[in-house]
Amino acid sequence: MNFFIATLLTPLLGGVMLGFIRNPRLAAKLNILTSATTFSFSILLSLQVLGQESLETLDGWFYLDAYNVFLVALTAFVGMTTTIFSKPYMQHELDIGRLNEKRMRLYHSMYQLFQFGMLLGFTTNNIGVLWVSLELATLATVLLVSLYRTPASIAAAWKYFILCGMGIALALFGTILVFFTSFTVLGHGNEALTWSLLYAHAADLDPAVMGIAFCFLMVGYGTKVGLVPMHAWLPDAHGEGPTPVSAVLSGLLLNLALYALVRFKMLVDGSTHSDMAGHIMMGFGMISLLVAAMSLHKQRDIKRMFSFSSIEHMALMTFAFGIGTPLASFAALLHMTVHSLVKSGIFFTVGHAAQVMGTQRMAEIRGLIYHHPGMGWGLLIGTAAIAGFPPFGVFMSEFLLFTATLESYPWLTVPLLLGLLIAMGGLFRFVQPMVYGETASHAKPVHVNMVPVYVHFALALLLGLAIPDLLAHWYHQAAALIAGGGV
Amino acid sequence: MSTFLSQQLIDGLAALTLLISFALLAQHRMLSVLHWFAAQGVLLAVTAALVAYSSGEHELYISAIMTFLLKGLLLPWMLWRVIRSLHVHREVEPLMNNGMTMMIAVVVTLFSFHVIQPIAVTSELMTRNSMAIATACVLLSMLMMITRKKAITQVIGFLAVENSLFFAAIGATNGMPLVVEIGIAFDVLVAALIFGLFFFQIRHTFDSMEVDAMNASLIHKDDEE
Repeated sequence: MNFFIATLLTPLLGGVMLGFIRNPRLAAKLNILTSATTFSFSILLSLQVLGQESLETLDGWFYLDAYNVFLVALTAFVGMTTTIFSKPYMQHELDIGRLNEKRMRLYHSMYQLFQFGMLLGFTTNNIGVLWVSLELATLATVLLVSLYRTPASIAAAWKYFILCGMGIALALFGTILVFFTSFTVLGHGNEALTWSLLYAHAADLDPAVMGIAFCFLMVGYGTKVGLVPMHAWLPDAHGEGPTPVSAVLSGLLLNLALYALVRFKMLVDGSTHSDMAGHIMMGFGMISLLVAAMSLHKQRDIKRMFSFSSIEHMALMTFAFGIGTPLASFAALLHMTVHSLVKSGIFFTVGHAAQVMGTQRMAEIRGLIYHHPGMGWGLLIGTAAIAGFPPFGVFMSEFLLFTATLESYPWLTVPLLLGLLIAMGGLFRFVQPMVYGETASHAKPVHVNMVPVYVHFALALLLGLAIPDLLAHWYHQAAALIAGGGV
Repeated sequence: MSTFLSQQLIDGLAALTLLISFALLAQHRMLSVLHWFAAQGVLLAVTAALVAYSSGEHELYISAIMTFLLKGLLLPWMLWRVIRSLHVHREVEPLMNNGMTMMIAVVVTLFSFHVIQPIAVTSELMTRNSMAIATACVLLSMLMMITRKKAITQVIGFLAVENSLFFAAIGATNGMPLVVEIGIAFDVLVAALIFGLFFFQIRHTFDSMEVDAMNASLIHKDDEE
């Protein structure tokens, strides 16, 4: 049985099926079932790929190596837990009348199509199809961001659509530029867009063209990663959309954009034989880190606050991939994993907290630990984890990144540390009163499911204490692959 | 047709495409913006067919037909339907300082030629100038999005960027592989449908098609404290 096809087709079929199911309760259950099936297949697929170095299927249209197969598993996992979280959450939104059954149908269907776009993007071997699938995932989420149809949510979705549309158009231009040089080497056809072939022939590609192409790709995919100054869409989209959407945007979609960027960096490095691409990424990463850390302090909406934290962490990963040594790439991959787990866990908690208090304004969320201890602890643990406290995985990856920076660019550790400290201060400044503050009287009892949150945090803790051999081996393989880009 | 003649023709079409990008930038009547947009779509299809003929890439004929149907007919017709039903087809959009915009546009075009210069000389294709023109068109369409305040003209700017990218693909590389081309066309179509949906939601919610009105609903959330 071909696990790969099963992994890819399950969300597509699920999305089509959910488009026809009117009963929201049944749809929520089927949504979980679909995602759980996808996840099971993705685990089987990972084990299969792990046995061999890399896997090309369907006439080389799809290519799986250590780098992307672990992202496939991660995407399927977070996708699954998000559906578990979303069942009571969305039911509550339906009960209080923020949504109707028609929009629930849209939500479930688009959620699965988004998953399909994500998995297609991670596994495709064709850089043109990669672009198409990222655009597909974006279009699916645009409709989800405006799901509440409030003025702010429509404005946020519009901003998201226009800015990301613009960004992604630039990325397409970059892809065309790559094709412009590659078809002289690999012939005028799909081969010239096939990543594994491009990678093998990277040295033959024209360095001048690849350099210009990377600039367009950096700005284009960088918009999707949420890098400053192209980040304006991100806090609005995260703040105004339903919380499960914020969780998958932060935890998954940003990863895909960064994944695409790193794939191109590997090609450009192989062609130009210089650190140009890495330096550009480091610059964007560092500026984004500092701006996001400072902007975080000025927020009033809890989901917007955590979305700035997402920018900060994506910036860290971009910076780490920019350094490009095996250690830095290892740190970036680990960081990608733990950030996805912890941040989506935080968004689950925040979503429930906002429902309990009936608002997303941080000033009105108070005393969670007294009236909803599970939630209060969840927010506290999550914040400690994302701020980089030991023994969580984020500490581990940030420590590794710090070491890598010290090895390669010692003087950059100063702004790096500064950014991390400012962000940490901002997080605790807001979270402390929300958790311990005087109990607010307007807290409502809401049916919540904290299991996915604790599962995520437990995994992040595990990754901080001891990375399982299997995973460490994976990271090493992937880091070597990324760092070895044609040198 | 000799290669020399077809090259001359393609260069001519490239120049026309650039001219249309300028025209789009300068129009202030909603309907004329739409007309120029449709003209650009048709021109693209003709260019694609011509490149297909002169290069012998038969896949490009399919692209040409798709482009004609999608960008020359379907999208302009959809947009026309939308602005008719929103009763904005007669609207005149005030432009910020037209002379200034044109000056910027000229500078942007020169800049594009300057950037593409080093890679144009390496190309073996006869259509190497088109890369610079396509870059200029992309940037001009973006300039159009910046200078416009209405949601609909912003979207036309967005679609004009897509057109310019397609022009880059056919002009500079004899077209992307068909699978990718179809994928992109599909995405553009879906995007256009979503845009259409949004227009009605925006009109319904904000009672205006001005982007500023929308942004105002987000400003109170922004960090001014």
